[in-house]
Amino acid sequence: MSDQSKKRDAADALARVLGLEEPELSCEECFAQLDRYVELSLAGERADREVPSMRAHLEGCPACAEDFRSLRDFVTDESTNT
Amino acid sequence: MTAPTETPSDLSAAAESQRWLEQLSDGGASRDAAVGELHALLLKAARFEIDRRRAGLPHLRGGDFEDLAQQSADDALVAVLAKLDQFRGESRFTTWAYKFALLEAAVKLRRLAWQGREVPLEEEAWSTLAAATSWAGSGAEDAELFTVLREEIENGLSPRQREVLVAVALNDVPIDVLAERLGSTRGALYKSLHDARRKLRAALRERGIELGLDREEER
Repeated sequence: MSDQSKKRDAADALARVLGLEEPELSCEECFAQLDRYVELSLAGERADREVPSMRAHLEGCPACAEDFRSLRDFVTDESTNT
Repeated sequence: MTAPTETPSDLSAAAESQRWLEQLSDGGASRDAAVGELHALLLKAARFEIDRRRAGLPHLRGGDFEDLAQQSADDALVAVLAKLDQFRGESRFTTWAYKFALLEAAVKLRRLAWQGREVPLEEEAWSTLAAATSWAGSGAEDAELFTVLREEIENGLSPRQREVLVAVALNDVPIDVLAERLGSTRGALYKSLHDARRKLRAALRERGIELGLDREEER
């Protein structure tokens, strides 16, 4: 493993352990806002300004981040195929 | 809708959402037809999620995946119909509904992927930090950061905070799987994780340690 990739792994471990130092939503609030956030993101609007603290939660919560990507990709697929 | 100026597309999306709400809240045949239409959409979303993850579940067969999709769509339909009054019109109705099907499928698949697997012991997680500490050996500040971090995880957190942090942040255990094992909820465990992270950042700062890695070699 190269020094650069070891450094990347170390940085990833640190980010996962310490999270972001910003206010963030809870998992419940994230789920409640997920549809709106996805549509704003796909419309190229300022999703992070309209739904503050969502980005920080998605950075810190792998399960919610997966749920975000699934909804974003499914809605994208649906709008492409219909 | 919250957009300052509504475009024709916003208006048609709002009208479409309104149609869903009216038909699903109505009695009789139009409701039955709308429920059937909604179930078909939820099933499509569940199958999408399952297709994304099926490679991680090699022990399941095609019929198992279809059963999971049907169960996810059924459960999502119940959730959507029970929560119709919570739809605030801030997205298309279908986008709002899809998230329930995707969540139902994702939770079922994450649990299946971890079925029969032990949540790794805390000791196993230290290898992640040990590797980071070993990499950081050449930079004194980075090495100190990881050493102190480990000390704080071991001594500065409550047992529950340490358990959740180690499982979710170091061992990649899905938080809903951990919640099921511990008889808790995803929200409650995330609160423990959030509190643990805040405590660690504060402890590092108190000891005069910068929270980022030394960027020397990237300059």
